Amino acid sequence: MSNKLILSDKNVEFTEKVNEISGEVVTLCEQCGTCSGSCPLVAEMDITPSNMMRLVELGDEEVLDTKTFWVCASCFTCTTRCPRGIDIAKVGEALRQIKLRKAIDRIDIKNIAEEDRKILPQVAIVAAFRKFTS
Amino acid sequence: MRIGVYICHCGGNISDVVDVKKVAESIKDNEGVTFVRDVEHMCSEEGQKYIIDDIKEHNLDHIVVASCSPLFHEKTFMKTVEKAGLNAYNFEMANIREQCSWCHFSKGSATSKAIDLVNMALAKVRSDIPLERQKLPIGRRVLVIGGGITGIQASLDLGDSGFEVYLVEKEPAIGGKMAKLSKTFPTEDCATCIIGPKLADCAEHPNINLMTYSEIESITGYLGNFTVTVRKKPRYVDIDKCVACGICADKCPVKVPDEFNEGLSLRKAIYVQNPVAVPRKYLIDEKNCKRLVQGGKICGICEKLCTQGAINFEDKEELISFNVDTIITATGYELFDPEKKPVYGFGKYSNVLTALQLERIIATGSSGPPLKPIGKRVAFIQCVGSRDEQVDRENCSRICCMYATKLAQLLKRLDPSRDIYIFYTDLRAYGKGFEEYYKRAQNAGIKYIRGRVAEIREDSQSKKLHILSEDTLSRKMIEGEFDLVVLSTGIVPSSGSEQIADILKLARSADGFLQEAHPKFRPVDTLIDGVFIAGCAQGPKDIPDSVAQGSASASRAMRLMNKGVFEIEPIIAFVHNDICDGCGLCINSCPLKAISIENGKAKINEVICKGCGMCIADCPNDALDLRYYTNKQLMEQIDEALKTKKEGETRIIVFADNTCTYRLADNIGTARLSYPAETRIIRVPSVSRITPKLLLYAFKSGADGIFMGECDNRASPYTGSVDKIKKNVSLVKEILKKDGISEERLKFAELLASLLTDFYKHITELTKFLKKEEPISIEKRERLWEIAKNELFSERVEA
Repeated sequence: MSNKLILSDKNVEFTEKVNEISGEVVTLCEQCGTCSGSCPLVAEMDITPSNMMRLVELGDEEVLDTKTFWVCASCFTCTTRCPRGIDIAKVGEALRQIKLRKAIDRIDIKNIAEEDRKILPQVAIVAAFRKFTS
Repeated sequence: MRIGVYICHCGGNISDVVDVKKVAESIKDNEGVTFVRDVEHMCSEEGQKYIIDDIKEHNLDHIVVASCSPLFHEKTFMKTVEKAGLNAYNFEMANIREQCSWCHFSKGSATSKAIDLVNMALAKVRSDIPLERQKLPIGRRVLVIGGGITGIQASLDLGDSGFEVYLVEKEPAIGGKMAKLSKTFPTEDCATCIIGPKLADCAEHPNINLMTYSEIESITGYLGNFTVTVRKKPRYVDIDKCVACGICADKCPVKVPDEFNEGLSLRKAIYVQNPVAVPRKYLIDEKNCKRLVQGGKICGICEKLCTQGAINFEDKEELISFNVDTIITATGYELFDPEKKPVYGFGKYSNVLTALQLERIIATGSSGPPLKPIGKRVAFIQCVGSRDEQVDRENCSRICCMYATKLAQLLKRLDPSRDIYIFYTDLRAYGKGFEEYYKRAQNAGIKYIRGRVAEIREDSQSKKLHILSEDTLSRKMIEGEFDLVVLSTGIVPSSGSEQIADILKLARSADGFLQEAHPKFRPVDTLIDGVFIAGCAQGPKDIPDSVAQGSASASRAMRLMNKGVFEIEPIIAFVHNDICDGCGLCINSCPLKAISIENGKAKINEVICKGCGMCIADCPNDALDLRYYTNKQLMEQIDEALKTKKEGETRIIVFADNTCTYRLADNIGTARLSYPAETRIIRVPSVSRITPKLLLYAFKSGADGIFMGECDNRASPYTGSVDKIKKNVSLVKEILKKDGISEERLKFAELLASLLTDFYKHITELTKFLKKEEPISIEKRERLWEIAKNELFSERVEA
């Protein structure tokens, strides 16, 4: 990720797009960090959930190239605990949607090994395909 | 003399460590002691009843109570003594709890120290002079300096309560900065609409004498008797005749930048400050009017056109004097000059404005074309001239986070397609409704970037502004182009405050604002009786806080005046008239100017004198003295403190100022910490009262070391005391050196009552040092006293 961001109308459009899809107002985020502290999977993420929120607030599209919202298990702990009442999981979902709408699949059935396919519960496979494919 | 001595057990607090019976036994035959009683709880009703009954039964004339700290119960016992018909000042306490049983854990040394402390109290009480609390009459007239919202609130409160107010404002109309604002945060009331009725009330109030376009020339005197001289600047328009029709301004040919609109528009040389000015009367700007600058018969159009004959080119400034009883200083603030921060390009880049300029653009926006187009992309830069040591402004200005939040929302509402960014350092939304207001701004899509803008560059063609900053939350460098950059300039002390501070001798804190008497409990008082401060003169504040202080200062002023008389504290300096030769050297030693020479003798103004005693050292004849802490009393206390010193023992005299050091010593006891029991603490209002002669007397009488503690400058109620003490101390150190005595034996420190370890550290270090030193020989001690008696003053002159 670059360490520079140029503010322009494009940023505003991106922030508004996330707002529109998620139904949230991301600029309400006050960067307290409760979401990151609460996230059970934060160790597996490349940027923390609060950092993800910050980049969305700034309209930085580089956020789309991070792993964070894919790692998210949608446990909703962040949503439950946000002091400003932002549904952060929904913001993550919005980012996934933006990415998936570009017709980019995050998983491919061919890449799942035969033996894994056998032991994975059916419900998990269905859920994974709903979440990770466009 | 018939002294009654009471020794308190304090339910074991004292008697568990100090052998109370032994103390009572050892002092019962001392000079003047008529009666000794030890009591379980002196502060109980029973204990106080003993005092009252014993005074009658044993015909006592002085009382000594050995118990807790005088800071704790002195007032209680003084009232009791007074109730029994004695003078309240024929009383003394020996602090054998906080400064003895609570901080010394060996029964032997605690008991012998307690005996010394009681003897020191006895010595002092034996030389007591009865003191009277004098009552002086006071009237009901108040001077309010500054006609901003703070001064207006104070004036209205006072006027409504039946006090006579003189409201002096240097601008041609009242209302101050608030009158310039568009709306007020966080409620977004229209500023003009809410201040308007108050301005009108002020102008029409039967008890308020409004003096606009006037400045304070001088103030002399003291509480109940201030003489004020006001310089009324010439308006060149007779305000009794002017009907504000405005024909004159329509035709006036001279155009100059309008200060009220922060230079964004032009006004004429004959003008009214603003459309809703109070008083709504025209005036001529003498610096720009052709006739007034060039003289002769030039121009004069206004004079020809005025149907009322109100124009008077011969108008002269006028000096008006009157007397008041109290003074409220509400001299407000100024905004930081953004040109002192050249990286932001104010004055150089046409699209960089101050927030107050934006206020004017928005405030005037509804009634015509905007003073300046605003554009789509707007950035606010916070902390311009606040929290920035580069420009010597360390403090937070408290209002900028919220006014930027307000202006951003107003702009967004005027045009929802605007992109607005606020670059901030920390966001402070501390007040009632502020956090909610901040959230509303975020909800409206206003972006807060956490970072101080490093620099701004202007595109020379488009005049757009390129901003460089970091977002320290995402750790990304931010760049962006904006149509308008608004500088949220901070609050700095006003030049008016500086001027009034000089006239009234008011103290200023390190940030340059006027200093209150106590940061918690006396927020609008000053150290000068009858002079109050309020609003932004004291420090940055928003409107509600300024109004609250306006009301608070009014109520504090009323508290002094309402009874018609005021009492003055009797513990002040006095002159031994038989010794004083009227040399006048003391006049300048008093920072409050309480000393004058009358009929060839020094005279202390009893209202002005605050009883610090720093003048005493400056008298070559020992003619000055301090009531209740006289030279004689202190010398006798010193004698008692050192009388019981044994062979090989080191003893330290501590001179403790009442405000910090004495309290600090108490606090150490309360915390059950300990310091060497060789110390004997002598309490004085300010250590600046301890003259070089007294210090030398203590060494002569057997002191091995002396520690002096005084409040540091911020906390001291006495202006200039620390400097005075340093002078005294360095003089004595010189003398010690000459006599071959280590100057380390005398130690002075500025202390704060909260820093327990400081006191402990100084005392233990001094004790350790003294234990290593050889004792001072009797010859050397005597020689010191010879110098003190004969050469001290000439030494002082040389020094």
